[in-house]
Amino acid sequence: MRYQIRSAMLALAVAAPLMAQAPGGRGGRGGPGGPPPTAKAMAPIDLTGYWVSIVDEDWRFRMVMPAPGDYMGVPMNGASRKVADAWDPAKDEAAGELCKAFGAPAILRQPGHLHFTWQDDETLRMDMDTGTQTRLFHFGNWKGSGGPPTLQGDSVAVWEATRGGRGGAESDGNPTGRGSLHVTTTHLKAGYLRKNGVPYSANALLTEDYDMIREPNGDVMLYVTSVVTDPEYLREPFIVTSQFKKQNSDAGWKPTPCTTRW
Amino acid sequence: MHDPVVGEREEKMRRKSIGLSVAVFLGAVPAFAQIDLSGSWQSKNHEDALERGAGPNPVDFAGIPFNASGRAKALSYMQSQISMPERICALYSQWHLLVGTFGVKIWNETDQLSGKTIAWVVGAWEDKATMTIWMDGRPHPSKDYPHSEEGFTTGVWEGNVLTATTTHMLSGYLRRNGAMTSDQATMITHFIRHGDILTITGEIIDPIYLTEPYYISRSYVPSPTLMNSNGPPCIIGDEGVAEGTVPHFLPGKNPFLNEMTKLYGIPAEAELGGAETMYPAYRDKIKSEFKMPAKCQRNCGGPPPGQ
Repeated sequence: MRYQIRSAMLALAVAAPLMAQAPGGRGGRGGPGGPPPTAKAMAPIDLTGYWVSIVDEDWRFRMVMPAPGDYMGVPMNGASRKVADAWDPAKDEAAGELCKAFGAPAILRQPGHLHFTWQDDETLRMDMDTGTQTRLFHFGNWKGSGGPPTLQGDSVAVWEATRGGRGGAESDGNPTGRGSLHVTTTHLKAGYLRKNGVPYSANALLTEDYDMIREPNGDVMLYVTSVVTDPEYLREPFIVTSQFKKQNSDAGWKPTPCTTRW
Repeated sequence: MHDPVVGEREEKMRRKSIGLSVAVFLGAVPAFAQIDLSGSWQSKNHEDALERGAGPNPVDFAGIPFNASGRAKALSYMQSQISMPERICALYSQWHLLVGTFGVKIWNETDQLSGKTIAWVVGAWEDKATMTIWMDGRPHPSKDYPHSEEGFTTGVWEGNVLTATTTHMLSGYLRRNGAMTSDQATMITHFIRHGDILTITGEIIDPIYLTEPYYISRSYVPSPTLMNSNGPPCIIGDEGVAEGTVPHFLPGKNPFLNEMTKLYGIPAEAELGGAETMYPAYRDKIKSEFKMPAKCQRNCGGPPPGQ
C-alpha cells in the first residue's frame, strides 16, 4: 500500500504544475490545493461559435440526393450492399425513421451549420441546424446512461495538445500551445452513412479529430477527420474529412427537420 | 531476510501503483499528439472517389468558386489536350497531391551538423514533382522568379499541424476535367497526423480563376509496403494530335454541358460552379430543379451485387 500512496503522491506532484496552468494562459480552477482544471479551462482551442459547411467534395452525395445504388467511395461489404439496395424512403417514413441519415457518423457530411457552446464545464455541446440535432462531447470520467442506443450516441472527448521536446518535435521549431479535440462515439443507433441508404450498424464506432486552423487569408477553418469502423457493414474503416468555416454570427442558421428525401 | 512471497506481493503492488500513477498523471493533462510525418502513406479515396480515381465527369464544376474566367477556361477544355506532346506531362502542379490517385512517401531532410530538420519532402509520382517543404526560414523567391510544376514551398509548424505554402507553380489542374489553377495561384497545405491517420488538407487561392479559396482534403493510412519516392517519370509521347493544334471547345459549344444533369439530375447551373455552390444555402436555390435519378447509371461503386 505504501507504494501506491507514494506513487500517487509523486504523480500528483508532477502533474500539479501542469494542471494549474491551462494552455494558452487561460485562467481556471486548479491553483495550489484546488480542484483540477475543467475541460473548458483546459481547452487548447476555442471551438465555440458558429461554423458553416464548405462543400467542395462529394458534392453530388451531399448537396443533392444521390441516386439509389450510387455507392462510390464507401468501402461497403456484401451485407451492406444488400441493405442499401433495399433502401426505400417511404418505408422509413412509415416507420417514423426520418433521421437515419442524421446520426453522428453521417451528419457532418450534411451541408449545414454547427454551433458549439459549453453546456457545463465538462460538456461541449454541438448543435446542428440540419436535422435539428445535438451532440454532447463529455470530458473527464463521464459514463453513459446505459439506456437504449441513440442517433448521436455516447461521445467521450479529450483534448490533444502538443509540446516540443528535446530531440523530438522541437527539432524543427514546433511551438507549443495548440491542440485538437479527439472524440470517440459509441452506443449508436443504426443509421445511414449516406442519404441513399448505405447503412452503418449499431456496432459502429466513430472516432473524430477536430483541428482548428487559421488560414493565411484570415479564414478560421475547422477540419474534422471522421473514422467509422463497422465490421458488420464495412470492409475497412470509412475515413472522410469535412471542412467548416468560422462565422462571426449566426447568419444562415436555419434549423430544419430530418427528412428521408431531397 | 528476503521472503519470496512477500517480495512477489510487493512487486505486484509496485506495478499496480505505477499503473495508478500513470493513470493519475494522464488524467490530469491532455495527451500529446504525434507529429512525425515520415513514412509511406496509402491514400484512402473515400471522398471524391471518382474524381481521385478514374477521374471526374466532364463539366463537373459544382463546388468550385469559379469566376467567369475560370469557368470559361474550364469549358474550353477538351480532354484530348493531354494527348499533345507539349501538355501530356504539363498539367500536374503540386495541387495534384490532393486530386491525383496515388499515396505519398514523406521524409525529412536534416542538417548534418545541427540535426535539425531543414525540409520535409513529399516524394514525386510519375507526373507530379517532388514537394520540398523548406523549414529553415528561407523566403520565397521574388515574383519574377521562373515558375515550374514543382513550385516553391516553405513550411511552419502550428502546433501538431505542418502548414506548407507553395507559390511559383505553373498552371495546372484544379480538378482533372479542365478546371485549372493559374500560375498566380498559392497553395496552402496542412499535414495533420492523428495516430495512424494522416490528413492532408489543401487550399487554393487563385486571383485569376477563383473568387474565394477552394478547400479539399484527403486521408491516408500507413502503407504496409515501401513506396517509391519518384516512380517512373511522365514520358512525353505523340498520341496523334496534329501539330499546331490545341483540342478545345469554342464558347457555348461544349457538348458535355448537361452531362451532370443526365447522370445525376444536377441542374446545369450548379454544375458550372461558383462560390455559392459551396455553401448549404445553395440547396434552397436548386430545390425545385433537382430531380433524383431513378437509379445510378455508371461509376456506382460498391461491391458487385450478390457478394
